[in-house]
Parts: sequence; C-alpha cells; structure tokens
Amino acid sequence: MVKKIANEIKDYTLPAVLTPVFMILEVAMEMFIPLLIADLVDKGISVGNMHEVYAIGAQMIVCAVIGLFGGIMGGVLGSKASAGLAKNLRRKMFENIQTFSFENIDKYSTAGLVTRLTTDVTNVQNAFIMILRMGFRAPVTVIVAMILSFRINARLASIFLIAMIVILAFMLLVMAKTRSLFETLMKRYDDLNASVQENVTGIRVVKAYVREIFEKSKFIKGSQGIYEAATSAEKLIALTTPVMNFVVYTCIILISWLGAHFIVLDGTLTTGELVSLFSYCMNILMSLMFFAMIFVMITMSVASVRRIAEVLDEETTIKNGPNPIYEVADGSISFKDVVFGYNKTAERPVLDHINIDIKSGETIGVLGGTGSAKSTLVSMISRLYDVDEGEVLVGGVNVKDYDVETIRNEVSVVLQNNVLFSGTIAENLRWGDKNATDEEVRHAAKLACADEFIEKFPQGYDTYIEQGGTNVSGGQRQRLCIARALLKKPKILILDDSTSAVDTATDANIRRAFREEIPGTTKLIIAQRISSVMDADRIIVMDDGKVNDFGTHEELMARNEIYKEVYEQQTGAGSGDFDKTEEGGEN
Amino acid sequence: MARGPQPGAVSALTKEQKAARRGVLGRLMKYIGQRYTAQIIVVVICIFISVICNAKGTAFMQSLIDDYIVPMVNSGSKDFGPLAGAIGQLIAFYAVGIAATFAFNWIMIFVGQGTLRDLRNEMFEKMEDLPIRYFDTHAHGDVMSIYTNDIDTLRQMISQSFPQILNSAVTIVTVFVYMLMLSGPLTAVTIGMVLVITLTTRFLAGTSGKYFRKQQKALGAVNGNIEEIMNGQKVVKVFCHEEEVMEKFNELNENLYDNAYRANRLANILGPINAQLGNVNYVICAIVGGTLAINGWTGLTLGALVSFLQFTRSFIMPIMQVSQQFQSIILAMAGAERVFGLIDEEPETDEGYVTLVNACEKNGELTECEERTGMWAWKHFHKAEGTTTYQKLEGDIVFDDVDFAYNPDKTVLHNIKLFATPGQKIAFVGATGAGKTTITNLINRFYDIADGKIRYDGINVNKIKKADLRRSLGIVLQDTHLFTGTIADNIRYGKLNASMDEVIAAAKLANADGFIRRLPKGYDTVITGDGGNLSQGQRQLLAIARAAIADPPVLILDEATSSIDTRTEKIVQDGMDKLMHGRTTFVIAHRLSTIRNSDCIMVLDQGRIIERGSHEELITEGGKYYQLYTGKIQNA
Repeated sequence: MVKKIANEIKDYTLPAVLTPVFMILEVAMEMFIPLLIADLVDKGISVGNMHEVYAIGAQMIVCAVIGLFGGIMGGVLGSKASAGLAKNLRRKMFENIQTFSFENIDKYSTAGLVTRLTTDVTNVQNAFIMILRMGFRAPVTVIVAMILSFRINARLASIFLIAMIVILAFMLLVMAKTRSLFETLMKRYDDLNASVQENVTGIRVVKAYVREIFEKSKFIKGSQGIYEAATSAEKLIALTTPVMNFVVYTCIILISWLGAHFIVLDGTLTTGELVSLFSYCMNILMSLMFFAMIFVMITMSVASVRRIAEVLDEETTIKNGPNPIYEVADGSISFKDVVFGYNKTAERPVLDHINIDIKSGETIGVLGGTGSAKSTLVSMISRLYDVDEGEVLVGGVNVKDYDVETIRNEVSVVLQNNVLFSGTIAENLRWGDKNATDEEVRHAAKLACADEFIEKFPQGYDTYIEQGGTNVSGGQRQRLCIARALLKKPKILILDDSTSAVDTATDANIRRAFREEIPGTTKLIIAQRISSVMDADRIIVMDDGKVNDFGTHEELMARNEIYKEVYEQQTGAGSGDFDKTEEGGEN
Repeated sequence: MARGPQPGAVSALTKEQKAARRGVLGRLMKYIGQRYTAQIIVVVICIFISVICNAKGTAFMQSLIDDYIVPMVNSGSKDFGPLAGAIGQLIAFYAVGIAATFAFNWIMIFVGQGTLRDLRNEMFEKMEDLPIRYFDTHAHGDVMSIYTNDIDTLRQMISQSFPQILNSAVTIVTVFVYMLMLSGPLTAVTIGMVLVITLTTRFLAGTSGKYFRKQQKALGAVNGNIEEIMNGQKVVKVFCHEEEVMEKFNELNENLYDNAYRANRLANILGPINAQLGNVNYVICAIVGGTLAINGWTGLTLGALVSFLQFTRSFIMPIMQVSQQFQSIILAMAGAERVFGLIDEEPETDEGYVTLVNACEKNGELTECEERTGMWAWKHFHKAEGTTTYQKLEGDIVFDDVDFAYNPDKTVLHNIKLFATPGQKIAFVGATGAGKTTITNLINRFYDIADGKIRYDGINVNKIKKADLRRSLGIVLQDTHLFTGTIADNIRYGKLNASMDEVIAAAKLANADGFIRRLPKGYDTVITGDGGNLSQGQRQLLAIARAAIADPPVLILDEATSSIDTRTEKIVQDGMDKLMHGRTTFVIAHRLSTIRNSDCIMVLDQGRIIERGSHEELITEGGKYYQLYTGKIQNA
C-alpha cells in the first residue's frame, strides 16, 4: 500500500532523498553547538581567555550558518518533493480513473473520488513532508545527542537512556489506550453530522411536523455523547505534559546531584560539560515529543493512503481482447441468452436470459416501468458493462472481440443522465468528432432540433456552457446531447430516455429527422412516453428484467397487456403532463 | 493533516474584515469566559505556577554552579549537605509545577470540549428555528461545513492554541523578568534578536501568503475540474474522450504543483531561519556575556551567564511557538465568524396567538379538553374583552388576492384567489416553476405573503401560532426525507407517542404494511441516512404513513408520486385515496392522471391561475387543460 504511493515519487526522488540529508546536517550543527558552548565556558570564560571565546564563538556562528543552509535546503527540497508527490498522485489517480469501466465507476461515489483526489492527497502531502523533515530529524537528534552525552559521561548519559525508555513506554500506553476511545469519538461525530445533514435537507419535514424541539433534544443528547467520549479520550492525553515534565525534572535533579559529585569528588566532569548535558537532556526529550506527534499524524494519514491506494489498485474490468477488431460491419444487434447483474451475489439477475435480434437500420422502441432494466439492456451493446452469460453481437461479431474505442464510436449512446461540460456549445458538440467542420456541427444540431434555439442565443454556437450545463434548460440540454451523439456518425444510436423534457412536437420532429436523414443507422429509443416509441418499427416491452414482448405497435396492441395499459393510460383517457410540454420545466 | 497551516485562507482581507475577525475572537473569549469563569481563573493561576516553577529550575543551574560546585571545588569541601538542601527545595518546586501543569491540562479538556458542545448545541437550536428561506438560500454543504470544518478549527484553537499561547505569554513575561534580573545588557541583546525574528517572520509569512492565495486558487480550479469530470465520467467513457480530459487536467495539476511548491517553500524555511537566529543570539550573548564576565563588568558572574544562556532559549522558543500558532488562530477566527454568523441569524418570527387544542362538546358548547378526541378547536383569546372563544377546526382555506415574491423584485404569484371547503380535494397543475409548490409554502407559512390574505377557518393565518398551524396540516413531499432510526420511529415522527397498533394501522392505510413485514426485521428495521436501502416507492409509502398517523384535518401532497412510474403509482394512489378521505386536500402534480378526481383543479401558469373548475368543466372549457388532457397539444 505504502509502496504504491512511494512509487509515485518518481522524478522527485532526488529532493526526497536529499531533504533528510540536509535535515541531518542541520541537526548535526544544532548538536555541535552545545559542545562548543562547553568549550566556550571551560576554555574561554572560566580561565578568562577572551581569545578562546572569540575563536569558539566564530566556530559557533559557522555552525549556525551551516545549520541554516541545511535547514533552508531541507525546507525547499522537502516542499518540492511533497508537492511533486501530490501532483503525481493526483495525475496517476486521474489517469487510472479514466481507464475505469462503468462497473468500476459505479463502485465509487463522485464525492468519494473527489475527496480522494483532493483532501486525501493533501493529507498524504502533509504527512510526507513531515516524515522527510521531522521524521528523520527527531531520531537523529536523539541518537546524536545520546552519543555525545555518552562521550561526555557515560554514567550520567545512562540516565537519559532510562528516561527515554520510560517516555516511550508511556507514549505507547497512551496510544494503545486512546485508540479505541478515539474510534468511538469519530463514530459519534459521524452520527451527529449525519443527524445535522438530515435536518438540513429535511427541514421542511421537521417544520411541517413541528418537531424542532424533538430534534433539538435528540441533537443535544448526541452532542453530550461527543463531549463525554472526547473528554475521556483527552484525559489520557492530558497526562502527557505532566509526565514529560516529571521525567525531564527527574533527569535534571539527578544530573545536578550526581554531576556535582563527579565534579567535586573525582573531577571526571567539568562545569562546562555539565551545562552541555543539560542541553542534551532537553534535546532528547523534546525530540521524543516531536516523534510522538509525527507518529500521530502518520496514523491519521494512513486512512488517506489506503483510500488512494484503493483507486490506484482498481483495475478496469473492461479491456481489449488479444486481437481486437477495428471494423464494425453494420448496425445489426443480437442478444443471445444474455444474463447480467450489477451485484454478482444477488439472487436474481437484472437481465434475465434476453434473446433479441435487431436488423441494421431498424428503429426500435423500448418501453417498461421503472426498474424493468431498460437502460441495463442497452448498455450491453456498446460494452459499457460485460454480460455475465450469453453474448451480445453487433454486426455479427461478439462485442468483446472489438476494440473498445471502435465499438463505442460506432455505438453512440445518449445517456439518461445528460452531462454537458464547461466550454462553448461548439466545443461540447465536437466531443462527438473533434475534427468536425462547422457545417457538420450545424447539421447535427439541426437533426437534433437544437439549431433553432442555439441560433437564438446572442453568441450562437460560441455560447459558453457553465459547469453541469446549468445555463440551458433541461430540454435544450437533451437536444445538445443528442446532437453531440449524432456527430459521431454511428452505426447504432441509442437514446436512453433522452427526450423526456422535450415537448411532443419537437420530439416528433427529431424522430422524423432520424427517419429521413440517417435511415441506415440502427436506432434504439427508450422512453416513458408512449408517443415516443409507438411509431418505431418494433417495440420491446421490458418487464422485471425480461423481454415481455417484442413486436410492432399493432401487434402489441392486439396481444400485450402491459403495452395496452400504458397506451390507454397515456392516450385513451388522456394523460398529458405539464412538464413534458417543453422547456418551461427545469428552470 | 487537517491541521496543516493553510495561510491561503488568511490574507486577502480588508481592514474592516480584519477588525471584524478580531471582534469575533473577543466574542469567543467572552463566550468561554462567561461559562467557565472559575475554571479559566484556576487555569491561568496554574499556568503561572507551572511557568514559575519551571523557571526556578532553570535559575537553579546558576546557583548549582556558582553557589555550590565552584565554592566546593575552590574550598575542597566534600560536604554535600547544603546542595542536598537546595535540591530538596528544587524537588518541591518541581512537584508543585507538575501538579499545576496537570491541573490546567485537565481543566482545559472540560473547558474546551464543554465550549464546543455549547456552541454546537446553540448552533443547532438556532438553526432549527430559522425560517425555510435560510435553507433555501444556503447551500446545504456550506451549512454542514460549519458543523464540521469550522467547529474543528475552533477545537484546535481552544484546546491547543489557547493554552499554548497563554503558556507562552506567561513564560515570556516570567523569563523576561528573570533575564532582566540576571543581566540588563544581555537582555537588550536578546530583545534585539526577537525584533529581527519578528520582522523576518512577517516578511516570509507575507510573501508566502501571496503564493498560498495562488495555491488556493489553483486548488479550486483543480477541484472544479475533478468534480466536473467525475460527474460526467460515464459520458467521457461513452465518447472515448479520456486523453483530451487528461490533457486539461495535467495542465491545471501542473499549475497547482507550481504554486504549492512556492508557497510551502517559504513557509517551511521560516522555522529553520528562526531557529538559527536563536542560535546566533546564543553566540552573541555568550561572547558579550563572556566579555562582561571576564572583565567583571556589570557584575555578571560565570554562573549567571550560564543561566542566562539557558533563559535565552526558554525565551525564544515560546516566541517561535506563538508564531507557529498564528495560522491556526487566523483559521479559527474565520471559523468562529461563520459559527457566530449562524448563531446570529434571525430566527423565524411568530406573532400568532391562536392555538390549536383538543376539543369536545359539552352541553352543545365547544370546550377544550385534555385527551385527544379527534376533534380540534382554535382557541382564540381576545385581549380587548379578556375572553376566550373556541372555534371548531374544519379545514376551510381561503386565499384572497394573494401576491408573493421570494425576492422583492420578482413576484412569483399574482392575485391568487381560491377557496377550499372542508373535505374538498383541490389540485394544482402546471409546469415546473409555475408556482404550485409556492402556494403550499404559503399555507403553512414557510414563507409569508406580500399582499392579500390567507384565512384558515376564517382566521387570518398570521394570527395562528405557527406550530399549531403546521400541526393541523399534513405534508407529503416529492423528496421523501426519512430519518435515521427504525421504520416504526419514522412513522411515529407524525405522532411521537403513537402506540405500535397505531403505527401498524397507519402503515396499513398507506399500503406500506406489506413490504415492511417482508423486511428482515419488520418495523424494527433500521434505515440509515435518507432511507437509501428502500426504493423510491417504499419511501413514499412511509411518508404517507407518517402523514396518516398525524391524522391532520388538512393534507398537502406535493408531487408525492411524481418520480414513481405510472404502474407503481397505482399502488401508492390507493393509500393516498384512503388518506385523503374526509380531509381537505391540496394536491400538486404535473401528471394529470393523479388529479382527475379532484373537486377543483387550478391550472397555474407563470404565477397566475389561468383556469379553474372540475375536470369535466375544464374539458368542456377546451382551454389549456383540455389540450393537455386530450393530448392535442401544440403549444411549444
């Protein structure tokens, strides 16, 4: 997992390696200074030798300058390495997401992917620079200070060793004890946030039922729960500073007492060395504190690392076969005993043994209630999902044998969830064919009955579409999406409920244009509205994942209950629908 | 980490904004101070004690060398008695210091967490009382982020920065006094260095702030791009547009890297520079102090110099720590501003005084009674005469020439006139945006009208207490909002003290009993979030059951079945019909089949009622309704 992340350091390996080196340089200088101070006190001040004081002082300044150099280089290179890692991680994830199949995409929520690419990467970036700079600094400080202390006086230095062990043991204990407490706390936070979320989105229900007081008392209970969990977790943390102080103070007292004895009794220690030992004592214990902090930060970023690695590890479920075919003969489609389910462990598949044959150039309507698997059925054709059993043939060849890009270019799908991207209308339409001439773009727009409203915009085809296409109405968006799909000049065109916000007249015009202008293209039209499908060559009636019936309007009227019922509901007894009478909607 | 400094949020502020932020900080301090006065006093005292004890220890090093070791070495004495006494004293000081440190850390936990709890509770309580307008005009994500991000910045400030700064400030002051006592000239040298450190910090923080702002902007661009592409990922796949999308992303990503690198570079070298300036200060003090000590000027002794050198470190360290807390304080101020912003929002006003009470007839007179009788009355207190009258709740609603605007400059409803007599079913049809939902928002006073009058059983709705008004109206909305809890809890939302039998009866009425029983745990099935594990139709049925158990005399069904296909709708419709029986009902729909059997249908167009009448009447009229209903529509 960590290796996966580390792989992305790539071209920033040099700064990543050099950062700790410079940090060590900085630490070495910092450690060296107390030694010089000891000399300064002993050889200079104690014997009244100002010459020595200047000489040693100069050495100290040199050390400070070298230390400064190390520190600055460490800071600069560390920033480069961490910002670089973040950039590479974002790119790698984004790249991998681009290879995702629909099945892969379904596994993640949009918000989840966005968080991984942003917040999680930032977390890793911060943890990484922390490791590079402080992660090396703290242990090196401890080791160097320890060695120098031992050189001065091994007996006194061993006090540090004991102190260190005591502190490490204490920190481990606190971490072990607090972990489960913090987990409880996080869980309670999540619950409380969920409750706030419910209240913010469902405020109309709360107010309509006059449940403000009920919700408040619920919230206060949850809030109190957090207070209790947080305080009990922090109580242990609050012990840290007093315990650290206790250990430091004990060290100082022991060093003072024993040090005085060594100086006075056997002269194995000088006053200068005693002062240095005090410095090292502080250095060691402070570094341990730092180390504990870094450790906490790293633990916090582990969750982010896991989430990023998850995306990086995700392998696309749809790939080209060994010898892909780059040519699609015609627009004929056939389903041979196709079984498919989104959830492979589900008891019943979503598509249940589907058998259909569609001739090239036919117009096919698809009708059925919510959840009858209409959209699922058509997503098999351009291999948005792979079938579990059976096979789907396009132009007489199993779709799995085609090059993925080829089949998707020949089978143009207008998805139910229409999305336009920020950019001009022309740019959006050219998604279908980036080399299309202005004339071709306009022609496609005309076929989709989009030209009429585009021309009314002051900037015509250069009108800028806002992110998510919020500045055009639902009906306009649908027509732009159809035009975009037409520009591909596909052999098969699939409209998945793509004219629901378009009024009936325009809807009819679009279908007429299809019939007259692109007769050779096989057209599949999924719709809720019976008028959108009744003039198709044949109509598939889907029910509960099965093909309930397949035939012409007349045949279905004569024999199919579902079809007849829907027809009567929508036409016979009259069932208009205000929102389907053109754009007014959406805005 | 979430805690990492993000100075980007900091800088680009006008003077007024900066002043406002400082004000917010003062308010936060007051908020804490008022609630935890005693605790804060104890904390401050404890911090003082702990700092002084710590300083005592540092000062001890002076006397250790000057008063004990050097004299002993010089005199050749081996009597450690006096030293033992001094160390004993030191131990006592340290013990007190540790106790004080422990005490203030311990107390701060409760002060910090307690303050956060109080703020959270106050925010939520205020939020629940805000008018619907607030929720309609604020992005839900923004509101949520006050509870998560902003409170989090406060947590860091209260529990970390606040004690840290207090500690540092006390340390700086005490150490300063000690330093001054030891040597005036050396103190002056150190102060000079502190000035240098402050200036470099300001310069570097300022410059890096500029890049942090650029970084935030670049980050915003990358986030926006990611969000757009992730949202349309399926379209990208369908059009095989992966490479083009990558190209754009790489460009933005590279720009982000560039700014992030520059900004962090400056922020990261600040620490080393300050640390080395501290070291330089140490050297200068050593040289100056050495010169003074050797020449015996200013009476500085060797021991005093050693002590002083220790003190310079204890002096400069807190100054660096405070500068590191700077960012987190600025972030917390921005957070506190939003937290108090929410708390300060104007709550929903309610000047109504007519209340809804359970009623019963006694001797042909309508009076108030304790238990639920299934009969309600409006309790009307007349101030002038000092009398109370009761009026039976019928469900008679009249709109008299009502105008309404969400924004004063754009009227969305014009001259709406309508009357619904008890038990009638009134329908509103029209395209989205025609003003259907707005009308129902006015009945329950989610919004207040601009002109005209709405009367409920002859009483102006403005005179009715909002809570009582809303209790008398049941609403089923298009988006079914359920709450985390069991199915039974969710149905009981309509009547908190309902018995299990009542819950089941309501579910049966809504045709929900069947599917609920098929769930693994039946009525005790816990639904999470917004009922994601139930189908749209099932959630709708639960919402109907919830309205049914409340048993309100008036019902508002706002597109309650719109996202269900026509076949499923039939099942739901049965439940609805049973529910509507005997109640005044307002139905909103864009699907005509839903409203065919209404007593009166209002056809709305751009905020005006353009046609009204029963289904038959409207068909005969041959207007827009007729066109829609017969499918002979050519009105694009």
